[in-house]
Amino acid sequence: MTHSVIREAPPAGADAPVTASNPRLRWILLAVGLVAALALPWFIYPPVAMDIVALALFAIALDILLGFTGLLSFGHAAFWGSSAYVTGLIATHYGVPFPVAVIGGAVFAMILALPIGYVSVRRSGIYFAMVTLAFAQMVYFIGYQWSDLTGGENGLQGVPRSFFGIELVETESFYFYYAALPILLFGMWAAWRIVHSPFGRVLVSIRDNTPRARALGYDADKYKAVAFVLSAGLTGLAGGVFAINHGFVALTELHWTTSGDVVLMTVLGGIGTLWGGIVGAFLTVTLADYLASSGFHGIDLITGSVFVLVVLLFRRGIWGTVRHRWNIRRLRRASARAGQGYSSPDGNSRHTTSGEGTGR
Amino acid sequence: MTPGGRVAIRTRALTKVFRGFRAVDAVDLEVREGSVHALVGPNGAGKTTLFNLLTGFLAPTSGTITVFDEDVTGLPPERVARRGVARSFQITSLFDTLTCREHVELALQGHSRQGFRFWRSEKLLGRHRARVDELLAQVGLMSLADKQAGLLAYGQKRALELALVLALDPPVMLLDEPTAGMGIEDVDRTIELVRRLASGRTVVFVDHNMHVVGSLADRVTVLQQGKILAEGGYDEVRRDERVITAYLGEAEHA
Repeated sequence: MTHSVIREAPPAGADAPVTASNPRLRWILLAVGLVAALALPWFIYPPVAMDIVALALFAIALDILLGFTGLLSFGHAAFWGSSAYVTGLIATHYGVPFPVAVIGGAVFAMILALPIGYVSVRRSGIYFAMVTLAFAQMVYFIGYQWSDLTGGENGLQGVPRSFFGIELVETESFYFYYAALPILLFGMWAAWRIVHSPFGRVLVSIRDNTPRARALGYDADKYKAVAFVLSAGLTGLAGGVFAINHGFVALTELHWTTSGDVVLMTVLGGIGTLWGGIVGAFLTVTLADYLASSGFHGIDLITGSVFVLVVLLFRRGIWGTVRHRWNIRRLRRASARAGQGYSSPDGNSRHTTSGEGTGR
Repeated sequence: MTPGGRVAIRTRALTKVFRGFRAVDAVDLEVREGSVHALVGPNGAGKTTLFNLLTGFLAPTSGTITVFDEDVTGLPPERVARRGVARSFQITSLFDTLTCREHVELALQGHSRQGFRFWRSEKLLGRHRARVDELLAQVGLMSLADKQAGLLAYGQKRALELALVLALDPPVMLLDEPTAGMGIEDVDRTIELVRRLASGRTVVFVDHNMHVVGSLADRVTVLQQGKILAEGGYDEVRRDERVITAYLGEAEHA
């Protein structure tokens, strides 16, 4: 998969979604994913399970920019954290059911993303990353200084979990998980929809070749800005659920390390894959949780090493590598069936005309 | 190819200075509607810079550009494109991970303003199918419709470039070296193709191949060091003393 962050030649349909070869596979994957999501709190402490799904949506939202638009945002903590605060504040002050508060947080994140996106997309590459980081630092500073509202360093304490008076959900994190899961699953579906829409195709074209897209009449900056705002909105959904899940918003949620963590998760899982975000979030959170519960103090040391290893050995990320291998096998089998192996008119490519190589 | 009465593109004293270097220097260019107009000149004469100015990829240092008497000076490329000026690129410039079909769909979709529909399925683009097939057939890529652009042979990529330009159905087409790097057969095929596509449109093209210029152009503008050296019909220009000394004499043998 090509994009502006890690450049490599597109290997001939090998980075197409695995579902492209077999539409049934999409449903199988979705069913497996859904069952896994539903079963998760039976096996993992429910608040941790909730964190996994929320962070998975966070990573997927980032992937819309990183994988499909070619923009590395290093300031997504601003949207995650500000939505967490706004959700917490709405829940605290208005006592509304938590989904309403979460939607409020997500809307706030989108409003915040409008000016930030408008300005940042004027730059690309490392400059884009730095501008988003700088904005996020400003938001962090506001969260830190405005302690009357945010609690400053102490964080926002005692965020209630109101849910239409259904006490089980309000008190038991196991049931809360199932109440909040639809919001996050909706967010993931929305990300998939965006990527596979006419808009998503324009994003990929901008990622692949911006001047050409502009010559076709596409205002690249405007498309990037819309993608940025949509990504921020989905990030906001995730951040809001995260806040309600913990009943507390820490200043860390706005900190730049949060922006860094989500980039790591997305890259670990594989950029431009969507599924990779889920894999990345699952691994990162369960690993950190396991290490923390075993009393180990160098969590970052271990997760950092895992990250380095994965990126060195599988630069497509975990899901990206699985997908790549799967497609290579499939293409080989297809050309074996075709007898001689497919030879294209330029005579050096053995791959079949796979009509699905959009990198999505 | 009867030149109409109107002027499709007009530049007035168009100038582009790069750090003191005048790449395009006070160019007054006039392209009549319906004509096929060639820009020629030695390397570094300012042809590609002029192209980039005309299509908004560069902003001029001074001077103006009008398209059908509307001022487009300083507009960004996407807005120039939406004014009906479509360009191809000298260095093949495609989206490697998209198929031929998806390329053409992308061009058509921009034309019909569906680009921002993030809530719809991309299957929506299937409605362009007939038009996509027609365009791919025109440039001879029908059998490769579902192949990724990154896997096409060079000549096929150039053909896809043309299909993209054509999909925009532009009144004005700017082709930057449509035959660059092609073998003789491909060159002749491209000449035929451009000739067919040119009917009812205004075409401006850059090419180093005098055979291409001679076969296609109604009018030739010769640039040298950013200035217009000569202008006229092909035969007229090729006999021009200044042109022969500057450029044509040596290029004839190439």
